[in-house]
Amino acid sequence: MAQTLYDKIWDNHVVYSDENSDLSLLYIDRHYVHEVTSPQAFDGLRINERSVRRPDLTFATVDHNVPTTNRSLPIVDQISSLQIKTLENNCKEFGIRLFDIHDKYQGIVHVIGPELGLTLPGSTIVCGDSHTSTHGAFGSLAFGIGTSEVEHVLATQCLWMKKSKNFEIVLNGGLKQNHAISSKDVILNIIRKIGTSGGSGSVIEYKGNYISSLTMEKRMTICNMSIEAGARAGLVAPDDITFEYVKGRVFSPKNELFDQQIDNWKDLRSDNGAQYDKTFSIDIDNLAPQVTWGTNPAMTIDVDSAIPSPDEYSKGNDDEKKSAIKALEYMNLKPGLPVTDISVDRVFIGSCTNARLEDLIEASNAVKGKKVSSNVKAMVVPGSQQVKIAAEKLGLDKIFINAGFEWREPGCSMCLGMNPDILQAGERCASTSNRNFEGRQGTGGRTHLVSPLMAAAAAIAGKFVDVREWV
Amino acid sequence: MDPFKNLTSKVVPLDIANIDTDQIIPKQFLKLLGKTGYGEYLFFNWRYDKQGIPLKDFVLNSPLFSGRQILLTRENFGIGSSREHAVWALKDYGFKVILGVSFADIFYNNCSKNGVLVIKMDKNTIEDFFSSKINENFEIDLIQQQIKINSQVFGFDIDPTLKNYLVNGLDEISKTLDLGNHIKKYEDKNKVAVESER
Repeated sequence: MAQTLYDKIWDNHVVYSDENSDLSLLYIDRHYVHEVTSPQAFDGLRINERSVRRPDLTFATVDHNVPTTNRSLPIVDQISSLQIKTLENNCKEFGIRLFDIHDKYQGIVHVIGPELGLTLPGSTIVCGDSHTSTHGAFGSLAFGIGTSEVEHVLATQCLWMKKSKNFEIVLNGGLKQNHAISSKDVILNIIRKIGTSGGSGSVIEYKGNYISSLTMEKRMTICNMSIEAGARAGLVAPDDITFEYVKGRVFSPKNELFDQQIDNWKDLRSDNGAQYDKTFSIDIDNLAPQVTWGTNPAMTIDVDSAIPSPDEYSKGNDDEKKSAIKALEYMNLKPGLPVTDISVDRVFIGSCTNARLEDLIEASNAVKGKKVSSNVKAMVVPGSQQVKIAAEKLGLDKIFINAGFEWREPGCSMCLGMNPDILQAGERCASTSNRNFEGRQGTGGRTHLVSPLMAAAAAIAGKFVDVREWV
Repeated sequence: MDPFKNLTSKVVPLDIANIDTDQIIPKQFLKLLGKTGYGEYLFFNWRYDKQGIPLKDFVLNSPLFSGRQILLTRENFGIGSSREHAVWALKDYGFKVILGVSFADIFYNNCSKNGVLVIKMDKNTIEDFFSSKINENFEIDLIQQQIKINSQVFGFDIDPTLKNYLVNGLDEISKTLDLGNHIKKYEDKNKVAVESER
């Protein structure tokens, strides 16, 4: 029977099927660990006198609560410091490789996995973080798990899973498009159309000529935000662009082994005639830059339009109408206000969605030779030490610093505000991150999700601008 | 995990759709190293004002709903972050059952690992609960898979294996470790390894 890419990866990893239920035991090829969702899992191992089954397949880093300021200084927040220290101790005790705060490979877990060649096509990858969906860009089945599941994977290298539905999203067009439109605009537009539960219970496979034309970094942005549509994972079939990216990375297979792997990876695509439970298609031509106006990522609008009324947004759904009223109040926005009339106080360029080298290059294009608006405080937080080093080689740090941006050390930073990088109540931020939930970037803070180029342009203009007219 | 067989309680009605885990437990409380002590921070930003004073119109602060062990909500509950702290906070506060139309996948799994029963019911039934059953006792029987409210009985579905874990308070890791020979066989056949660093 014709299979989807998801079906194939699933079948390749089933260790055991439970006859009494829908659950299967899946083997996990890579387990990424960070400081926030792991301490209770390691405690569980100790209490039950269990070991880590495959420390060699487990990799840890610190990203969620690390400060992004000078790394030679001690961490001021004692509780964060303790959480970081706890991960160090746990990795030492259980023999796990840790990229610590001073390591040249430290960075946001979803930036370093691909960058180091740990993320490979056809593999299963988990991490105690919902944005693990990022790694699906390589044609790997990658999804976020809770701490109990982290403990389960540490102890068994497996996970009980119910198979998700197959959801196909076909992306066409966009090939001759203006450079002002990025894959961030595309995924925001998809979430706007299918909603935050549109992908619930599903694994989304992105197909079509648009996705095939994208670089790995741009595919990662799309897969990263699959979780914002409620999907368990996002997938893109690996191709020559994928293989070229993986080749020669620190931990990727070498020489003959790599050639053998490529032969296997070439089969990682959905068969002709494979059945999907759900299909959605979208034409990228004529897409405008997207800006979120509300408190979930489906509350998105074109930059050249106006804030919708609750009725326009909810289209007759009472629950959604209530959500929209609450969101407008929280965001302090009125229906009818043009998006380009919204001024911002802060700009954040960073996160596992948009802090890779290409993102920083795109943002720098809007910044070069210009100055950040006097009303705006703007910062760039590279996704990893390797991204930071590469960006500095290109002189991007100078472009940003000369314009008035802060140039920081890698971490999750203001995407979730667990470290000192937070919005103050009432502050409005153009952010390249992935969630605009209430208080996400700081209690009372107001987040507008945008692409790196849109964020950079907003920093210069002090308000949202239509970057199609900017570049 | 404590076994869960049945429970009788009234509900706390939280009449909001699409509640994300950032609201259930805001990020500043994710730095603790244990699984308990999160209850006082549950829905922190909706529950307290800037001075830390309870906001009167939030349901959790109403004396009427105090001590109730079932949370009644709408669609798409628990979206966003995978933080299990959200479940630890709900459980620590005293909720043993969460009743709603639909739940985010990761949140649903996290509940089942902590002995918190999540029950999905259709939109009309949930609407009926909100509009006319807020002050009724819900007698929840997991073994029979039903909720009895006065004389009305509502059935619900649950995966039989998950049910078995909940009813008997089983440790899932032990069960998986019993399958060690299957795991070993898989590893031998698939030669799972990471290439060494150059």
